[in-house]
Amino acid sequence: MKQAVDKLLQVALAVGAVLFVGACDLRHSAVLDPKGPIALAERDLLRDAFYVMMLVIVPVIVLTLLFAWRYRASNTRAVYTPKWADSARIDAVVWLIPALIVIAVAVLLWRSTHKLDPYREIASSTAPLDVQVVAQDWKWLFIYPEQGIATVNQLAIPNGRPVSLRITSDTVMNSFYVPQLAGQIYAMAGMQTRLQLLADQPGKFVGRNSMYSGGGFSDQHFEVVSLSPGDFDAWVAKAKQAPGTLDAAAYTALAAKSRSNPIAYYSAIEPKLFDSIIAKYTHSHAAPVAAPRR
Amino acid sequence: MFGRLTLDALPLYSAIAAGGAAVTIGGALVVAIAITWLGAWRYLWTDWLTSVDHKRIGIMYIVLALIMLLRGFVDAIMMRAQQAMALNAGGYLPPEHFDQIFSSHGTIMIFFMAMPFMTGLINIIVPLQIGTRDVAFPFLNSLSLWLTAAGAGLVMVSLVIGKFSTAGWTGYPPYSGVEANPGVGVDYWIWAILISGFGSTFSGINFVVTILKRRAPGMTLMRMTPFTWTALCASVLMAFAFPALTVACGLLALDRTFGMHFFTNAHGGNMMNYPNLFWIWGHPEVYILILPAFGVFSEVVATFSRKRLFGYESLVYATAAIAILSFTVWLHHFFTMGSSANVNAFFGITTMVIAVPTGVKVFNWLLTMYRGRIDFHPSMMWTIGFMITFVIGGMTGVLLAIPPADFLMHNTTFLVAHFHNMIIPGVLFGYLSGYMYWFPKAFGFELNRGWGLASFWCWLIGFYLAFMPLYILGFKGMPRRMEQYNDPSWQPYLMVAAFGAFVVLIGIACMVMQLYVSIRDRRKTADVSGDPFDGRTLEWATSSPPPAYNFAILPEVRDREAFLDMKERGVAYRRPAAYEDIHLPKNSMVGVAMGAFAFALGFAMIWHIWWLVAACGLAMWVAMIARSSDDDSEFKVTAAEVKLIEDARYRALATRTGSRK
Repeated sequence: MKQAVDKLLQVALAVGAVLFVGACDLRHSAVLDPKGPIALAERDLLRDAFYVMMLVIVPVIVLTLLFAWRYRASNTRAVYTPKWADSARIDAVVWLIPALIVIAVAVLLWRSTHKLDPYREIASSTAPLDVQVVAQDWKWLFIYPEQGIATVNQLAIPNGRPVSLRITSDTVMNSFYVPQLAGQIYAMAGMQTRLQLLADQPGKFVGRNSMYSGGGFSDQHFEVVSLSPGDFDAWVAKAKQAPGTLDAAAYTALAAKSRSNPIAYYSAIEPKLFDSIIAKYTHSHAAPVAAPRR
Repeated sequence: MFGRLTLDALPLYSAIAAGGAAVTIGGALVVAIAITWLGAWRYLWTDWLTSVDHKRIGIMYIVLALIMLLRGFVDAIMMRAQQAMALNAGGYLPPEHFDQIFSSHGTIMIFFMAMPFMTGLINIIVPLQIGTRDVAFPFLNSLSLWLTAAGAGLVMVSLVIGKFSTAGWTGYPPYSGVEANPGVGVDYWIWAILISGFGSTFSGINFVVTILKRRAPGMTLMRMTPFTWTALCASVLMAFAFPALTVACGLLALDRTFGMHFFTNAHGGNMMNYPNLFWIWGHPEVYILILPAFGVFSEVVATFSRKRLFGYESLVYATAAIAILSFTVWLHHFFTMGSSANVNAFFGITTMVIAVPTGVKVFNWLLTMYRGRIDFHPSMMWTIGFMITFVIGGMTGVLLAIPPADFLMHNTTFLVAHFHNMIIPGVLFGYLSGYMYWFPKAFGFELNRGWGLASFWCWLIGFYLAFMPLYILGFKGMPRRMEQYNDPSWQPYLMVAAFGAFVVLIGIACMVMQLYVSIRDRRKTADVSGDPFDGRTLEWATSSPPPAYNFAILPEVRDREAFLDMKERGVAYRRPAAYEDIHLPKNSMVGVAMGAFAFALGFAMIWHIWWLVAACGLAMWVAMIARSSDDDSEFKVTAAEVKLIEDARYRALATRTGSRK
């Protein structure tokens, strides 16, 4: 028995060591180090729910170890009640405590799910910047309809201004994921999904496709660059100088399979390019499916 | 003649793939040679392969599960090794091989390890626990086994001929569609699952009927053992959920093979229907796997705490509640597909509601230990390890059930860590606990305790080392299924995870050693009484291993803990005045034959060998008609034969009690 306890202690130590090293590094992990209000709210939600859950988790773990030790067969001094198997009062408690916790988290869930609906634009005095996102094999195309430019694998945004994304795919299902700013949503061909994000400060963040999509998947990341409004305007002006333009032929070439694409800029775009990418898959129907909803 | 099957299908595209094929063929050859050398083909055929005895079918299911566990684990350790090395395109696997491995790992572990393991345990134990002589449909039971084996065979064959799917174990279209994946890989996946899925549906129906109709006199529903209750609920779920999987995979097969457009990008297909259909099966599947594990824990915790199970009724209602609720949560697998906030919130809340009955169960096990006399048998250690570890997985599950939190964590290694945290400590620890608990019942001798404990500690420590880093990597935003990465801060965690997989490997080696040592020492640890752990339920009332008819006289049940009650009333082991003739089902080769035809049919569908498809379809149909027309499907064990067997048992019991005193 002593042996078992020693081993248990060793496990606890090993696990503790891993957790400790992890915890020090965790502060800088993408999800726990948000750089915008949406990701921050999502992170806080994660944290709050975690603490509430600890109210059950910790007692269960402690009691399991305690009971296993106290009621070990060799401890003949411990009380032994082989027939005791019912207690209405305890039954009530074991149903009620988890129920109350679930009710508490359910309220949190209902409110936050509505508040953080990715289709709901961020309230702000400035109008949101519209960007259209197209997932391709294996890269991301960003179209700025107002500015008339497009980029590959780089999403530049002005900090402090909400960004409203419309997302589709020109290939298999992808998932557009920027952990430090907005979480993720699927990109599906013939359809459009939406995501809102806002960066509080200038900086560079990693974005990815999080849904396996074939051989080039691992390289399908992009950078999100948050710039001060002035720098953003300069960035747009620079993109406008780019030699390439994205007409129908250039788009077809770009959409072909390719891996580890470098960042690229297009100074002009085919009008209604985004809509035509969606319509490509819905041509036999009257209107493009603006699904899943709206 | 051979459809699209040509010599190019041989896995000569990489040394590792060719090596895998060589190991597969070599393994099969070694087994075949060993059987020939032992001259055991006839014994194997008449006593095992064609058997319709639920106990033998159960053992064959578990043998299949353990073999596939090894194969699935090889996949796992290859992935962990790749990711530990793969910073900046390091590593030893190209993406086109890595993706086959993660696909086959998930497919094998769910469909061909966990499912057969669970079905095997239910097969061996449930008829004994409800005091019956066989399942309701013994031939169907054999057919289920061989359909499952046919599916497993297709996955194994894909190592040698062609490639396996690269679309993950969930096979989401349009990636799994014919445009993105024109090869045979996805077809292997589809047909392996379709064929074994029929087997699972049949098993579900079989056990629903068996449990409802074949219980011993006096065994009311509320006197059934917790394991039987969970088996009943899991069987109901199997019968109702598996058809959804069959439909999802069937429609995908129509898209791929006949150019239809259920889930395609264009021409009116809608890929969003696939995840819905798939997870309408897939979430109940989680509970199909875990409810019987909960049942094992409930039995083990009472037996080894030497105490009546606390809150039996609560536990039964909790099980039933989980079974029903499991059909109401499927959308939480894709909160990120753009559903409205109302829809997401609804499914988030139903998901969390399941945490209530699950929490109740944990408290019931805890209170069963309370004021007990706990024996740290390996089965009990798996249970304690489960309770501590499972609640962590439950907690991360509730976090993922909150849609906005899921937006952050979905598709990351956090999700991978979460479901492994449910499936390894929850499902697999439960099955291994049941394996070590019921092994003496199935084989008549006990498993070695020391190696069992060693295996437990390696699995537990290995689990923490392998999956806690994955939780952290999820926080660091690492997507699942990455063949390589460019973030150096991920690598240390992936190295720890790989080391954890290595520790689990030692745990598996300990299991193999345990089996070897136990078989070597089988005479010393023989279980003559049939009741090595002072059991409480009916399976311990008969001999180990039980005779073909299980019980010479069907037991009469007066209490939930039927056998303990008999022992306390002094009526256990009482010799009956007279025996009766017993009718048992005859062996049948039709199950094996139909399994073989199903395998060939699947293979032919994959490679578009249409004449073979037609021939196998016809052969299966003929076999079914022939079997249905066979009225001579039972044989008689005469009262005299029963008396001979029982007398031998009572003599053995007498010597045992004699030697004890």
